[in-house]
Amino acid sequence: MSTATHDTKREAPAKPTTTVGKAADYLDQRTSIGVAVKEFARKVFPDHWSFMLGEIALFSFVVLIISGFFLTMFFEPSMALTTYEGEHPATMHGQLMSVAFASTLDMSFEVRGGLLMRQIHHWSALIFMASIVVHMMRVFFTGAFRKPREINWIVGILLMILGLAAGFTGYSLPDDVLSGNGLRITDGVVKSIPLIGSFMSYMIFGGEFPGHHIVPRLFTLHIFVVPGILLALIALHLFLMVLQKHTQYPGGGRTDKNVVGYPALPVYVAKMTGNFFMVFGVLALMGATMSINNVWNYGPFDPSPVSAGAQPDWYMLFLEGSLRLMPGQGTEWVIFGYTLPLNVLIPAVVIPGILFTFLIVYPFLEARVTGDDREHHVLDRPRNKPARTGLGVAFLTAFIILALAGSNDLIATHFALSINAITWVFRVLFFVGPVFAYWVTKRICLGLQRKDRELVLHGHESGRIVRFANGEYIEVHTPLDDQERWLRVNFEAPAPLAIAPKTDARGVKRKGYGADKRWQGLSRFFYEDRVSPVTPAEVAAAHSHGEHDELSGSERQAVEAGAGTTSREH
Amino acid sequence: MKALAARRHHRLAPVVLLLLALLTTGGVYAALAPSTAKAETVSTADIETGKKLFQANCATCHGANAEGTDGVPSLVGVGAAAVDFQVSTGRMPMQMNGPQAEAKPPQFDAEQTAALAAYVASLGAGPAIPTDEQVDPTQGDPSNGMALFRTNCAMCHNAVGAGGALSEGKFAPALWETSERNIYQAMLTGPQSMPVFNDANITPDEKRDIVSFLVEQREGSAGGNALGALGPVSEGLWAFVIGLGLLIGAAVWIGAKSS
Amino acid sequence: MSENQNNPADTSHEVTVTPEAGTAVGHPERFPDPGVPDHKHRLTDTDPRAAKRAERTVTILFVLSILGTVGSIVAYVMVPPDGTTSGVRLSTLLLGLCLAVSLLGIGIAGIHWAKSLMGDKEMVQERHPLATNEEDRAIAVQDLNEGLADSGVVGRRGVLKGAFFGALALFPLAIAVPLIGSVGGDWNVSKFKHTMWKNGTRLAIDPSGRPIKAADVTVGSVFHVIPETTEEFRSTHEWINEKSKAVVLMVRLNPEDLRTDQSPEGETWSHEGIVAYSKICTHVGCPVALYEQQTHHLLCPCHQSTFDIADSAKVVFGPANRRLPQLPITVDDEGYLVAQDDFAEPIGPSFWERLK
Repeated sequence: MSTATHDTKREAPAKPTTTVGKAADYLDQRTSIGVAVKEFARKVFPDHWSFMLGEIALFSFVVLIISGFFLTMFFEPSMALTTYEGEHPATMHGQLMSVAFASTLDMSFEVRGGLLMRQIHHWSALIFMASIVVHMMRVFFTGAFRKPREINWIVGILLMILGLAAGFTGYSLPDDVLSGNGLRITDGVVKSIPLIGSFMSYMIFGGEFPGHHIVPRLFTLHIFVVPGILLALIALHLFLMVLQKHTQYPGGGRTDKNVVGYPALPVYVAKMTGNFFMVFGVLALMGATMSINNVWNYGPFDPSPVSAGAQPDWYMLFLEGSLRLMPGQGTEWVIFGYTLPLNVLIPAVVIPGILFTFLIVYPFLEARVTGDDREHHVLDRPRNKPARTGLGVAFLTAFIILALAGSNDLIATHFALSINAITWVFRVLFFVGPVFAYWVTKRICLGLQRKDRELVLHGHESGRIVRFANGEYIEVHTPLDDQERWLRVNFEAPAPLAIAPKTDARGVKRKGYGADKRWQGLSRFFYEDRVSPVTPAEVAAAHSHGEHDELSGSERQAVEAGAGTTSREH
Repeated sequence: MKALAARRHHRLAPVVLLLLALLTTGGVYAALAPSTAKAETVSTADIETGKKLFQANCATCHGANAEGTDGVPSLVGVGAAAVDFQVSTGRMPMQMNGPQAEAKPPQFDAEQTAALAAYVASLGAGPAIPTDEQVDPTQGDPSNGMALFRTNCAMCHNAVGAGGALSEGKFAPALWETSERNIYQAMLTGPQSMPVFNDANITPDEKRDIVSFLVEQREGSAGGNALGALGPVSEGLWAFVIGLGLLIGAAVWIGAKSS
Repeated sequence: MSENQNNPADTSHEVTVTPEAGTAVGHPERFPDPGVPDHKHRLTDTDPRAAKRAERTVTILFVLSILGTVGSIVAYVMVPPDGTTSGVRLSTLLLGLCLAVSLLGIGIAGIHWAKSLMGDKEMVQERHPLATNEEDRAIAVQDLNEGLADSGVVGRRGVLKGAFFGALALFPLAIAVPLIGSVGGDWNVSKFKHTMWKNGTRLAIDPSGRPIKAADVTVGSVFHVIPETTEEFRSTHEWINEKSKAVVLMVRLNPEDLRTDQSPEGETWSHEGIVAYSKICTHVGCPVALYEQQTHHLLCPCHQSTFDIADSAKVVFGPANRRLPQLPITVDDEGYLVAQDDFAEPIGPSFWERLK
C-alpha cells in the first residue's frame, strides 16, 4: 500500500495480552475485521478546504436525522380537526386546526428544547441543500466528474433531487397556510400535465385538494421513504469515493497515479470528527438565535388566506421564480378541446427538466467532445477549462436569476422598485444573463491563462529597476521556482476533435460523417479558443531571444559597470 | 327561493321585516354614533382653525372647499378618521408625486391635526376618529384578530405585518411602528391603494381584535431573531450568509496548514 | 497534446501562438514534475513549549464543552419555557447556546489537536487502475458463462425464458392495482368543475360566516366571501375541500368605473357595481387576494398575476392566461347578496379536460 507505513513485516500473531488486544482478537476471529483495518487505517486522503463541502452536507444530514428523531417523538401526522386549547401562543387559542398543526404548536411551546430542535432541523435542511449545491459547484468547476467518477456524479445529482424532495415533504408537514399554499401550487402544476394531470392530483391528495390524506402521506415519505433512499445513496456515494480514492488538486508530486495527503488515522478521522461537531455546533447556534418557519405566524391551513412573501424554501425558489417570470398571454393552448397550459408546463416542468438534464448529461458530453477516455484524478484549475467554467457560471447565473425572480416582491419592497419592472428585467436577463456570463467567464479564464504563461515565461516582477549604460531602464524579473511553475504548466489544452474526411480513398461517402461533423462543431465550441501550457523550449526561447527584461551576460557587466550598486541573484 | 317567497306571505312577515328594519337602523346608528358623539365635542372655533390650516396647506391640491381637483380626491365625506390618519402619519401633506404617499414625520402637531379633522368632518359625515377604548389592544382577542388578519390583510401586509409589495412600485407598509389608532383608521377609511373595511365587513370589535393581534406581534419571535419576519427568502439568505459562511470559514481553517 | 493538433481540417486557432519549431531543439516537450514540496515543520514540531501550549488549549476546549453540557442541563431545569413568547425564546436561547458550546468545544478541540499535534507529514500512496486486470476479467466472464450454461436457458427454451420474465414483470401488478385503485379516492375528477355555489346561496363573510347585505358593501370595500353554511359544516374536511374551490372576492366599484363584467347577453351578474370573482388564481391556484382600491387591480401575491376587476377580471400582467371566473350574484328579498348559480366555468388552474 503506502510507501512508508506498511513495510514492517507482519510476523506470526502472538497471543494478545492487553484487554483491547483480546477484544480485537475476539472480533477478528469472527469477522476478519483486520483486513478492513489494514486497508483503511492509514489510507491517504488529500486535504483541501473545498473537500469539506461534501462533509458539511453529510454532517448536516446526520444532524437532520438526530433532530428529526426528536421531532417525531412529538409530532402527530394527522389531519383530524381539533380546536386548539393551549394558551400559547395567544394568537392560536381556540382556533380550528389539524392535529398536525396543533402538535407542532405543542412541541414548540410546551416541550422543552422542542422549538430549538425544530429550528435546528429546519436550518440543517437549508444548510444541507446549500452545501450540496456548493459541493456540486466544486466538483463541476474542478472537473472531478470526469472518468471514473461519472457514476458518482449522477449519484450526487440524485442525492440533490432527493434532498429537494425531503425538504418539500418536510416543510409541508405542519399543515400551515404557507406550506398549504405551496401544496396548492404543486397541485396546480400537477394538474397542468397533459392527459393524466387531474388523476395525478387525485393520486397525491387522495381525492380533491386538500383532502385529509396529504399530511400522513408526506410524513411517510419524509421520515421513511426519502431518507431511506438518501441513506442508501449516501452510502453508495461514499463507497465509490473510497473505492476510487479522492481526487487531488494539481501540484508537485501529484499525478493521476498517486494520491498525496494525510492518513485516515489519526489526522483525517480527527479532522472529520471535529468537522462534524463544528457543523452541529453552528447549526445549534443558528437554532438558538435565529427563528425559522414560525408556523403560528401563518396559522393553520385554510384555503382562503395567503400572505405576502409567499415563497418556498430557498432551494425551490428557482421554480417559484420560473413560474413568476413566464408571461401568461397566449401561452395556454386549447387543442381539440383539450387544454394545454404552457404557462405552467414550461416554467414548472420544461425549465427544471432542461437544468437537470444539463447536469446529468454534462460529464458524458464533455468526454465526447474532448475525445477523452483516460482516468483523471488530478483536478483541473477552473481557468484551464474556459468553456466548462463558462458553462458552469452560465448555469449558475440562470439559477440565481430564477431564484431572484422568485423573490421579486421582496426586492421590490427593499429596494423601492416596481415589481412589474423587476419582472421584465428578469425576463430579459434570464436569456441574456447566462450568455453574457459565459462570455465574460471564458474571457477571464483565457486572460488568467495568459497571465500564467506570462509568469512562466518571464517570471515575477521584482520591483528592481536597472539602468543600462546606454540609458535604457528595465525591471528585473525573477523566474518562478519549480513548484510555482509546475502549477502553471501542468495541464492540457485539448484541440477540437479531428474527424475522418467525408469520402474514403475511393471517393465513397462515409457513413456517420454528418454526426461526426456535428460533434466536431460542438467540440470547436469547447476548445476553439485555448491557451497552451508553456513548454521548456518556449522558456528557453524567451530567455535566449534577449527579451527586454532579461539581462544577458555582457549586458550585466555593462550594468554593473554603469550602475555600480545593482546586484543580481538571477 | 320558492320557500322564501312562500314565507314572504306569512302573517308574521311584517313583524320580521319590522324587526329587521329596526335592527338595521340600530346597526347603522351604532356605526355612526361615535361620529356624532365626537362631533359634539368639537367646537366651531376648532373648525375655523382647521379651515385656515386647510386653505394654507391643502387647498392647492384638494381645492378651496376640499371638493377635489383633477386626479386629487374630494374630501367631502371622508370623515375625521381619514384626515387624522393621513396627517398624523405624515402622509399628507404629500411631499412629492410618487407611486404612493409615504409615511414621514408629521407636519402638524396634535392640536392642528384635530382642527383639520374637525374641519373636514364638518363638510360631510364620515368615519370618526376611534376612541381609545376602541383601539385598546388589551380588550381585543388576538386569536380572532389572527383569523381576520390573515384573511383580510396578510396578502398585502405579510402574515405578521412586515409589509409587502403591490404593483408598479406601490407597497403595503410594515405595521410594526404604526399606532393602534392609525391601524384602526386605515381599516376604516381605506387610504390610497388599501380597500375600505367598513364596520359591516369587520365590526369595531373585530377591528380591535386585529389591533390586538398586531400589538402581540411586537413581542418578536419565540425562536430568536425574527430575521425581518419575511419568510423563507430571508431565512435562505441568512442560511448562506451565517450558516454556510461560518462552516466554509471552519473548512478553510481545517484545510489550512498549521504554522 | 493530441495527435490531431496538426490536422489540416482543424481550422481552430490557438490564442497564443507557439514559437517556431527551431528553438525547440534540445528541450524536453514538457517540464518535469518537481515532486512533492519539501515538508515544512510547524512551530509545535520544533518548539516543545508551543506543543505544550497547544495541548493546554485543546484540554481547555474539551473542558469548555463539558461545561456547555452541564450548562444545558442547568438551563433545562432552571429555565422552563412558560409558553409565552419571551419565555420560550429564553429557554430556546439558553438550551441552544449551551448545546453549541458543548459541540463547538469538541469540534474546535479536535481540529486544533489534529492540526497542531498530530503528524502533518504528507504521505503518498499509489492508485491502481480501476478496471479489473485481463486475467481476472477472463475468469469472471468464464464464470458467468458457466453459470449461464448451468441454468440451461442458453439458446433454447424460449417459452421458459418468456414465462420467466413475464412472471417477474407482471407480479408487481398484484400490489399496484389495489394501491392505485384506492390511492386517488373515488377518482371522480369531474369534481373540479363544480363548486357548492348554487342559486340562492347567500354570500357570507370569511371566516365569521355572517351573510352580507348589498347595502353593507360600500364603494371601495373588499369582502372575502364564502358560501353561507352551518357552523357544524364549517368544521369538517368536506368544508375545507369545498372552501378551496368556493372562495370569492367581492368588491364594489362606482358603477361608472365598472367597464365590463362577464355577464352574457341578457343577464346581469353584478349588482349595482358589486362584482364577485373566484379568488382561486387561474394560474396555479393561489388565492388572488391583493386588491388595490385605486387601480381596481387584483394581484396574486404568489406569482403576481394581475387582474383588472373593472374590466371583467381580465389578465393585465403576470403568468395567468385566463380571467378569473365571475360568480353571478343578485340580492334576495331581504337585501342579502345571493348567488344566481354556480360559476359558469371551472375555477382555478387549467387542466387537460377542463373544457370537456
